[in-house]
Amino acid sequence: MPKAILYDSTLCIGCRACEGGCAERWGLPYNDKIAAEETISAHKLTTVETHGDKFSRRLCMNCAQPACASVCPVGALQKTALGPVVYDASKCMGCRYCMQACPFQVPTYEWSSRLPKMRKCDMCYERQSAGKVTACAEACPVGATKNGDRDALVAEARQRLAEKPDQYYQKIYGISEVGGTSVLYISAVPFEQIGLRTNVPQEPLPETTWRVLELVPDVVSTGSVLLGGIWWITNRRAEVAKKEGRRR
Amino acid sequence: MTRKFPKITVWRVIFAAIMLSGLYATYLRVFYGLGGSTNLSDKFPWGLWIGFDVMCGVGLAAGGFTLVAIVHIFRIERYKPVLRPAILTAFLGYVLVVVGLLYDLGRPDRLWHPLVMWNPRSVMFEVAWCVTLYTTVLFLEFLPVVFEKFGWHKPLEWIHRISVPLMILGVLLSTLHQSSLGSLFLIVPEKLYPLWYTPILPLLFYISSIAVGLAMTIFESWHSSRAFGRALELPLLASMGRVLAVVLSVYLWIRFLDMSHRHVFGLLALNRVETWLFALEIALMLVPALLLYQARVRLRPGALYACAVMVVFGFIANRLNVGTTGLEAGSGTHYIPRWSEVAVTLSIVAAGFAIFRAIAQYFPIFEAHSLEQAPAEMEETEADAVAVG
Ligand code: SF4
Ligand code: SF4
Ligand code: SF4
Repeated sequence: MPKAILYDSTLCIGCRACEGGCAERWGLPYNDKIAAEETISAHKLTTVETHGDKFSRRLCMNCAQPACASVCPVGALQKTALGPVVYDASKCMGCRYCMQACPFQVPTYEWSSRLPKMRKCDMCYERQSAGKVTACAEACPVGATKNGDRDALVAEARQRLAEKPDQYYQKIYGISEVGGTSVLYISAVPFEQIGLRTNVPQEPLPETTWRVLELVPDVVSTGSVLLGGIWWITNRRAEVAKKEGRRR
Repeated sequence: MTRKFPKITVWRVIFAAIMLSGLYATYLRVFYGLGGSTNLSDKFPWGLWIGFDVMCGVGLAAGGFTLVAIVHIFRIERYKPVLRPAILTAFLGYVLVVVGLLYDLGRPDRLWHPLVMWNPRSVMFEVAWCVTLYTTVLFLEFLPVVFEKFGWHKPLEWIHRISVPLMILGVLLSTLHQSSLGSLFLIVPEKLYPLWYTPILPLLFYISSIAVGLAMTIFESWHSSRAFGRALELPLLASMGRVLAVVLSVYLWIRFLDMSHRHVFGLLALNRVETWLFALEIALMLVPALLLYQARVRLRPGALYACAVMVVFGFIANRLNVGTTGLEAGSGTHYIPRWSEVAVTLSIVAAGFAIFRAIAQYFPIFEAHSLEQAPAEMEETEADAVAVG
């Protein structure tokens, strides 16, 4: 049963308790200065953005079919059955293709480190495996960030939209974006107004490269036959042409 | 660099300056990380080192597989005189690409990871394998030169025996990774500017790599003929210019078709930096394509050389557009490489030239087969001046 996070922008009061909970879970420093930063970075894996009187959280979407995991040449990123996309720093070679590929620009890098790692939220994989909720959901005093089974949260989101149609923009962000994500958003206004990317494709991104990679065996087999064949023909011709037997 | 004290010339001074700045940039890279040596950021994780050192490096080395295919598989043997320099360029090119990667990877000590930790769904995994294998193939293709130099006949024979499968393998590997460098960007449909993003990026990368492979061969033949005081194999290069014209035309035509199918011509009306960069890139391919259809141009060394240079720059512009500038708007940032990034890149290029020169001085790169066939073909190239109207 895959897990998810439902973030309801209309409930969020911008207290940033989720940021603090997240920092604590990762063992990262957290103070007023860091709290004031409204971008995610290697030392701040989730952030609360202010958009006028609205708030909006940023964190890894833990996509159903993550672009980051599909592009990683060493398989350092893996999608788990539970939902989180987890990272094995001991494999990572620092090519940063995951950062380039992520449609939400989530992965961040320890740029000033001599032995840097990529950094991103992994939806508290070990906590959720142990049956606990994510640190951010636990910290949230008003239930704006909720953690649970994805199906149940989608149903709950639909219910909230249906019950208060005038208070919600009637869509759930994350249902079909890039083929579905583990983080779901509902809000009072269209999503681009709270800083979400609405130009992302509605299909899973790994398809775009897989369509080509799939062809590799065909190219190799056809290519060897073709090139071998051409060589065989031309070589024969050359041998007939100059009968000396020694080539090169 | 342990020669006797060399004479001081302008070029040597420039070379030394570049290498020194590269050295300092290397110090910054090692001790202050990517943050202290580049202008990369979380929103813009790939810069000059990927866009130029890797993407252009691999492409500019494409002459190796193109000429191997022409000479040994299609058996158009008159191209033999330029085969060895092309293989040497390719080998050096790939080695330098790996050097560039050592700068760019966050953990260069883990360069080998893709060889043991697999993710066959990743384009970069495929590229890593192809580049590794192909560099090995190029090394083996170059070995006969070394064996000849030292007169080792046994290994020479042995390597000739496996040469055909080796060459076919080399062409296949090149086909795969030259195109895959384009596939790398298929995963960023919403980031890469639509003038460049197309599902056929791999095909376009492949064809343009063949074009630039030919252009680089002309380019380096011209330079080496000056450097080593050899006669230029002009008829040969002229006929190569003809092939280049056709390849470029095919490339441009496919791009035109692709753009019209994707209905993106409207974008050209926008006064954006992307529009101008696109125009530059196309012009640098279109102008030489048109010029090379004229025998007058092909048979004038200077003009032929100028065309080759244009193609090389057009190619570089294309790779930089796809790999960096075309991604800026979609990533919501600006990226200008830091001086240290430029310094490292220039040092790598300069080192490439220097090493090529050194090897060409000590090994039989140019002598072999140089006078074998060329004269016989001479009239052929000059005769049909009006091949295409
Ligand atoms: S949001 Fe980005 S980093 Fe997170 S799982 Fe999706 S593709 Fe990966
Ligand atoms: S930076 Fe690390 S995690 Fe990201 S794609 Fe490269 S190897 Fe994988
Ligand atoms: S803890 Fe809850 S209410 Fe506070 S900022 Fe985070 S999501 Fe909003």
